[in-house]
Amino acid sequence: MIYAQSPLAIGLFISFVLLVLGLSFYLGRRTTSSDGYYAAGGNVHWFTNGIAFAGDYLSAASFLGICGMIAVSGYDGWMYSVGYLAGWMVALFLVAEPMKRLGKYTFTDALDSKFNSKSIQLMAAVSTLVVSVFYLIPQMVGAGTLVTPLLGLPHYAGVIIVGIVVTIIVATAGMASTTMVQFLKGGMLLIFSTVLVVGVLVRGFSATPENDGKAYHEFITLQATVAADGQLVLGDPSYTVPANWRDSAFAEAGMVKLVKDGIDTIWYLQADGQGGYLLEETLFQVQLADGTRLYNGAPASEGRFFPVGHMKEINMGGETVLQTGAVGPLAYLRTLQDSTIVLWGTKHVRTAEGYYSIYYQKPTPGTQILRPGLRFTVDNATAGEKFNFFSLMLALFCGTAALPHILIRYYTVPSQAAARKSTLVAIAAIGFFYILTLFMGLGAMTSGVINIMDNNMSAPLLALSFGVILFAIISSIAFATVLGTVSGLIVASSGAVAHDLLDNFFGLKMRDKTKVLAGKISAVVVGIIAIYLGIVFEGMNVSFLVGWAFAIAASANLPAILMLLFWKRTTAQGVAASIGVGIVSALGLILLSPDMYVRYGLLPSDAPISFNSPAAISIPLSFLALVVVSLMTKRVEVSEEAVEGASA
Amino acid sequence: MGHGPAVKLGKDNAAGYKAKIGITMFFVYTLTYFIFVLINITKPTLMQIQVLGLNMAVVYGIGLIVFAFVLALVYNHFCTQAENRLNK
Repeated sequence: MIYAQSPLAIGLFISFVLLVLGLSFYLGRRTTSSDGYYAAGGNVHWFTNGIAFAGDYLSAASFLGICGMIAVSGYDGWMYSVGYLAGWMVALFLVAEPMKRLGKYTFTDALDSKFNSKSIQLMAAVSTLVVSVFYLIPQMVGAGTLVTPLLGLPHYAGVIIVGIVVTIIVATAGMASTTMVQFLKGGMLLIFSTVLVVGVLVRGFSATPENDGKAYHEFITLQATVAADGQLVLGDPSYTVPANWRDSAFAEAGMVKLVKDGIDTIWYLQADGQGGYLLEETLFQVQLADGTRLYNGAPASEGRFFPVGHMKEINMGGETVLQTGAVGPLAYLRTLQDSTIVLWGTKHVRTAEGYYSIYYQKPTPGTQILRPGLRFTVDNATAGEKFNFFSLMLALFCGTAALPHILIRYYTVPSQAAARKSTLVAIAAIGFFYILTLFMGLGAMTSGVINIMDNNMSAPLLALSFGVILFAIISSIAFATVLGTVSGLIVASSGAVAHDLLDNFFGLKMRDKTKVLAGKISAVVVGIIAIYLGIVFEGMNVSFLVGWAFAIAASANLPAILMLLFWKRTTAQGVAASIGVGIVSALGLILLSPDMYVRYGLLPSDAPISFNSPAAISIPLSFLALVVVSLMTKRVEVSEEAVEGASA
Repeated sequence: MGHGPAVKLGKDNAAGYKAKIGITMFFVYTLTYFIFVLINITKPTLMQIQVLGLNMAVVYGIGLIVFAFVLALVYNHFCTQAENRLNK
């Protein structure tokens, strides 16, 4: 733990949660019909809905994940922002108005509007559930990440708290309260992110950044020579060097372990070019055989594990300076581009004592930070690496217009024009926010605030560097971000179960009140599943996890939506086959990916496929399935009246 | 429970025009986006070229976001005009 709890932050946070719950109960008293529960009565104003869209979309992935990824990987993290925003053009130009015209409560309604097909009802409902659950995982991981520094609780406690609060919200009021929560949260996120970026620009760069008034830890470098007997001789005699330093597992990783005052320290070895070494201080965490965790050789409570992120050399307008003072947005980017920034590499070492994660300094020119290549391999990339990158960018582009919790928001406005205008507002708000993420991420990278073991907290910790009040506000908004997005996803999931499966597919023909009750029970069940998965996936970058959700959504839903709208030969069987093939292929490729092998505790190199993003294979497969099956079957269209009659 | 919109929608005579303009703009934006991705995949060094004092990667990335908003405004303008003209 590198930060202490603040009573003010806790007070603000609890007040915010109580406000959200109060609003939910208030709106819940007015929600008794299906229209109210699933579509907020269809009378939300387009501007409100547009900001609520932004609230829905700017989830934990955007606020916590992207900022964190930019903070440690520079421009590559921001590529997610570019891809996420591009996806809205598919939604605006191709999907917004037809979805409004065809659907009622869920996106299954739109797909099934011309067929009244049991297979579409089943497959689309399953798809909604799978995509929603995958999208829920990163939100829950983000929740756990936030609650740890705020309340001092373990990750799982955060996940459980969010799960319970959100389930209460959804089970009380559905889409009406979700829309209001998203509107408030989306607006506050935009306002306070702007405040944070203005703060970053006014502060400018400093070689010794202060963090909430505390001086930045000065990482030291030791000089060492090698004696005739092979022993390492240090200039500072207060450190003890083990005699077998060359034969240890640390040496294989280019490190050496020294002891000072009875406490272990680990140093990154670099040849000094004259036969000796420079030893650079590292950060490390070790899990001992008995399960104890030590941070830089001591328990977390001793605070030896420091926040990081600093400039090695600041070059402004051709001159080297120690600090810049206030700068404009373009000057900020130019200065960073011309300077050298210390990023952090990671090495893992297993010894008889335990498992070490060691973080060492990697001075990196700004020119490399502001271009792709630190996370994704683009220079001299293999065909597989190029494919992986292309596949991710394809998933981000195609995923937005296929996300169930985004699609259902088109049913909360009164007209097609309102659907279009709310999408326009969403694009403006989300695009503006994504430009802010570049400055927030780079601000975190250089302000000495990064918790290198969990970069998801970079944005809130950047706020903490301006004082505990901004930290409390930003953390509360981030928590609301998670609450809002999770509640939207759970509404979509409960709609899939109660409306698409129970009512339409199984034909239970429930009364309106029973249908709402079924939706609420479904919300509780989905909430429990989300809590479990949020605990399992602890520690993964939330934006990376959302990339998977986008890939599944794009593969399962988008081909069916687009072909239904633009290809007259599309049949019900084709739509169902497309969804099925999209889910199975995307999910299958993810489960066999190198990153999932790490979660299984296996070596990523043993994974049967070498890439992590499945979209470039699963989307074409889904399209192909739709075309082939549609050509093999006959289109039977049902009139709207017949559909109404059949399912009324 | 039936399908169709939750609220009663009138006939939209501009739907065909809006679909056409939407598809055209979709292709324009898609092309711009995929050129960006392709440069990164095939010629990443191009992203280091300086434009306005910043490298191409930053300028193109911010440009894609701003271009999206401009296209969305243009699209909404033409759609609203068509609705006013054809749905009197």
